[in-house]
Amino acid sequence: MSESPSDIAVEAKLSLPSGLTRERLLGAYKTMCLSRALDVRIWTLNRQGKAAIAASAQGHEAAQMGTVLATDPTRDRYMIYYRQLTAMLALGTTPTEMLMQFLARDGEILSAARQFPLHGAHPRVDLFSFSNVVGTQLPQAVGVALADKMKGRDAVTISFFGDGAASQGDCHEAMNFAGIHKVPVVFLCENNRYAISVPLEQQMPVDSIASRASSYGIPGVEVDGTDVVATYEAVKEAVDRARSGGGASLVELRVERLLPHTTDDDHTRYRSKEDIERIKSMDPLPITEAMLKRQGILDQATDDDFKEWARREVDDATDEAEAMPFPPVGDMYEKVLESDRGGNSHA
Amino acid sequence: MPEITLIESVRETLRMEMRRDPDIFMMGEDIGPRGGVFLASEGFVDEFGEGRIMNTPLAESSIIGIALGAAVNGMRPVAEIQFADFVWPAINQLVGEAARVRYGTNGGKFAPMTVRVPYGGGVRGGLYHSQSIEVLFAHTPGLQVIAPATPWDARGLLRSAIRSNDPTVFLEHKRTYRLVRGEAPDEEYTEPIGKADVKRAGSDVTLVTYGLMLHYSLQAAEMVSQSDGIETEVVDLRTLRPIDGETILDSVSQTGRAMIVQEDTGAVSVSSEVAAIIASEGFFDLDAPVMRVTAPEIPPMPFSPLQEAEYMPSPEKIAAAIRRLAEV
Repeated sequence: MSESPSDIAVEAKLSLPSGLTRERLLGAYKTMCLSRALDVRIWTLNRQGKAAIAASAQGHEAAQMGTVLATDPTRDRYMIYYRQLTAMLALGTTPTEMLMQFLARDGEILSAARQFPLHGAHPRVDLFSFSNVVGTQLPQAVGVALADKMKGRDAVTISFFGDGAASQGDCHEAMNFAGIHKVPVVFLCENNRYAISVPLEQQMPVDSIASRASSYGIPGVEVDGTDVVATYEAVKEAVDRARSGGGASLVELRVERLLPHTTDDDHTRYRSKEDIERIKSMDPLPITEAMLKRQGILDQATDDDFKEWARREVDDATDEAEAMPFPPVGDMYEKVLESDRGGNSHA
Repeated sequence: MPEITLIESVRETLRMEMRRDPDIFMMGEDIGPRGGVFLASEGFVDEFGEGRIMNTPLAESSIIGIALGAAVNGMRPVAEIQFADFVWPAINQLVGEAARVRYGTNGGKFAPMTVRVPYGGGVRGGLYHSQSIEVLFAHTPGLQVIAPATPWDARGLLRSAIRSNDPTVFLEHKRTYRLVRGEAPDEEYTEPIGKADVKRAGSDVTLVTYGLMLHYSLQAAEMVSQSDGIETEVVDLRTLRPIDGETILDSVSQTGRAMIVQEDTGAVSVSSEVAAIIASEGFFDLDAPVMRVTAPEIPPMPFSPLQEAEYMPSPEKIAAAIRRLAEV
């Protein structure tokens, strides 16, 4: 199923799949570098007591980047959960905007800092995420896609979820309905094998989430989510299918979560030293870097430039976000209902 | 004007709204060719097609979750939960999700969706076809909760619910579906969400109620008027969130006596909230303690007929309570 870096080392010259140019791949890697630098900074801000909570995307960068590359942000819709830092950046959110979420600052774009980071609605891209309750976005995504189908629009909805959410009843209900009605949705599972501390074998008696697809009459594929090109190809096929009226697909991207579940977690409590050491070989940053260098797409000077650029971007964004105030207390009373008449009328 | 039943009012209102706005679609269990178990969508598939009248699998969480997704993406879904007792699997999508969409996106997304929920007992429905489920929704900021009791109000409020840009739980008492008849003109009118309605004027006692209990309370009011000359003002809440405290307090300021009648169990309920409103804002108008007539604190409700009758408030029980309150 998954290729190790040494397997990739002997591969022939990559022939890029349709729609994926060398320039796009290089740009994708640059965004992944930015995501990693930002992710590291957010973790640091948490340890400094400035960011209350963070769920790291480290290990998921290639999966998310390959996915976004395969879609069209000008017409597609994205329903994320809480680990999609790379996807957010790939969709055009700035590091400052992201840091304002983690630091809960005034003017935060997704939810005005009412929600945990990465939750809310994006003002420029049709990206939204309402909940910390995993799996709830799956039936919602089916509804979003159903609306597009009803209105005859050619948008595709990408619904991100993790292996943890795959155990929810909502996951079954969503895929079942999407299968029945051929809804233009891609169920995109980033399977990192852990639901906080519960390993995959305690979550399900099979080792493939994609294998469930047959129960819903939809295609399901399992892909190495550390491989940005393989991810792109699999998601592109699913997106094209959905856009051309072929209905839903399930794409399972195999990744490793390189850090604990969140800043509040300690994965040494439940992962062995050997396992934590082993998963470093599944880090998509060096894997992508090596692949691009082998293909002659990236040279060392450019790589150094990207990493230096990412550091500067993140430094500047940190200064900018930290300079912002918290939202005024009075703002919390707004936008409960359209009429802002949430409670008793006499109150 | 001809009188129609409450279910006819609901059905024809849905039909008129569906004709008016192509973004409205319905989804639920058995709502297709079957027309819904209460026939709220009878004949709809023929007129609107299966694309707008969607039979769903028996999966309530996704009925609401999918309706929610469609609502935030430009549609105006009307979802039917077949019986209120089956709404619990959908609570997360409704209370946890739909109610928080506008707030949690700072207004970036909103959910113009209506969830119709047939509820209530007195229909030999036993533990799982009799429940009153309004409290949890009425407790939830971000939702609107409507419980009409007459064909007129069902029409005017269902229109308001469907046209509202926020998620609305629309409670239809099953016993009223065919029991209650009244006028409901076809012409364009709406009733405002959040506004109670005085259904009977009276100077001695204020009785606040909703749903089926409105009709039992009106009967009780006539009984005590004829037997004891007690004149009861009956306030129909119609909306359970937000509760119209102003209309309640206005009435209590005239009568000085207040009671609340509900079919639901009493602890931590709509009647608790109404009592709290009166106690905190109308206390100095009161000549007697606030009284409540509710179901007993047992799981609603026994299937066996004598026990079911004992469980339900009745016109006689309400009349007895009015007399007791008037004597204080």
